[in-house]
Amino acid sequence: MAQDAVRYKVIVIGGSAGSLDTILKIIADASMTNNIFYIVIIHRKTSAESVLTDLLASQTTLKVREVEDKDAILPGYVYICPADYHLLVEDQNTFSLDSSEKIYYSRPSIDVTFESVAEVFGDSTIGILLSGANADGAKGLSKIKQAGGYTIVQNPLTADVDYMPKQAIELFKPDAVLNGDKMSALLKNLSA
Amino acid sequence: MEVSTVHDNEIDLLVASLAEIYGYDFSNYARASLKRRINRLLVIDRIPSFAELFYRIKNEPDYFTHAVEELTVNVTEMFRDPYMFKFIREKVLPVLATHPLIRIWHAGCATGEEVYSTAIMLQEMNLLHKSLLYATDINPSVIENIRRGIFPVSQMKQYSENYILSGGKKDFSSYYTAKYDFAKFDEQLKSKMIAATHNLVSDRSFNEFQLIFCRNVLIYFDKNLQDKVLNLFDASLETLGFLVLGAKENIRFSDIASRYVQSHNEKIWRKMQ
Repeated sequence: MAQDAVRYKVIVIGGSAGSLDTILKIIADASMTNNIFYIVIIHRKTSAESVLTDLLASQTTLKVREVEDKDAILPGYVYICPADYHLLVEDQNTFSLDSSEKIYYSRPSIDVTFESVAEVFGDSTIGILLSGANADGAKGLSKIKQAGGYTIVQNPLTADVDYMPKQAIELFKPDAVLNGDKMSALLKNLSA
Repeated sequence: MEVSTVHDNEIDLLVASLAEIYGYDFSNYARASLKRRINRLLVIDRIPSFAELFYRIKNEPDYFTHAVEELTVNVTEMFRDPYMFKFIREKVLPVLATHPLIRIWHAGCATGEEVYSTAIMLQEMNLLHKSLLYATDINPSVIENIRRGIFPVSQMKQYSENYILSGGKKDFSSYYTAKYDFAKFDEQLKSKMIAATHNLVSDRSFNEFQLIFCRNVLIYFDKNLQDKVLNLFDASLETLGFLVLGAKENIRFSDIASRYVQSHNEKIWRKMQ
């Protein structure tokens, strides 16, 4: 694990129905160390915008920001994908947004961000796919694995909605399948 | 089937050829999104390799036209971000109402849903008769759609909700006639629209406006091109005119920012000098 210590730069988390509690827990347990930044993509209605940012900000001392177009990528931040946009990374320093067609009836699409992060950050990526009733995210997570990143899927047996994690596990073998409450400890190990 | 994905050098090649052969310059488009669009084009047109795509774009002008339509994003809706439209209705249009002629530009308007949204608000405020709505886009086919005023009926429930949230008081369905899968909008609404092709990358300012909409277009450009286009808008906007961008777009990276004041919470800027 030692050589992994400085390797990871980004933890990207995708979730849909039933994922919010796990995301809040992961962010609450996240610490400022090691120059890592987080990206959170949650399927949600267009209207409930800043509520999610405020909710996450209330759990952590990290800075929480809903991404705007061409925002700089900085360590120590939790970036939230805005509702009704796909979130891409332009390069290791810059986000960009895209309001093109929905994918699996979703915008944001977890696949889009996972694939983009995999391409730009490669094996510096930790990808996490959580509870949800949608096929989104499985393919993107497999791209993170192909790029040499570390992939974690929520245990379908304990996920609120098992469909999304199941899709990922059927598609490829993730590095870890875990209950939501065990994720923080693993992330701490991976990034310590 | 896993389609091969394009490499960065292939994108460079395609971008160079589009400029050389057709005069369309995509070199300052944001790369991550452009790459996605090229990969998507391979999938939707079932083209097995970049080489074949490249060949068709170079040698078939009709395919080139189709390719530009698909590489650029034409997703739009009526009264998207309804609270922004509410702000336009309540705070911006009353200011413009004092002018003898109201000139509005919807730049990069795709299939025109927003132009119709604006026309509806103008009509409700009894301002449409003294307004001109310029609707421009890079793609000729979507311009045609604006002239027809026909939109998928499946969207009307969403648009009706948006319309009400934007402060609309009427029955939204009074604005269109539904026929099969389509809704044809009231002819009156397009009586003051001027639809034309305009490429924000290469074409110049063509008039002066009091209100310019350009929403979710700049996100596809890099910062240099964003700045260039914002300067084009600046040159096309009267002093005290309004510039409206998409919900997550900003003028802060541009040199024009110092002369503009943002309306609190909205992506609407007023040109102060």
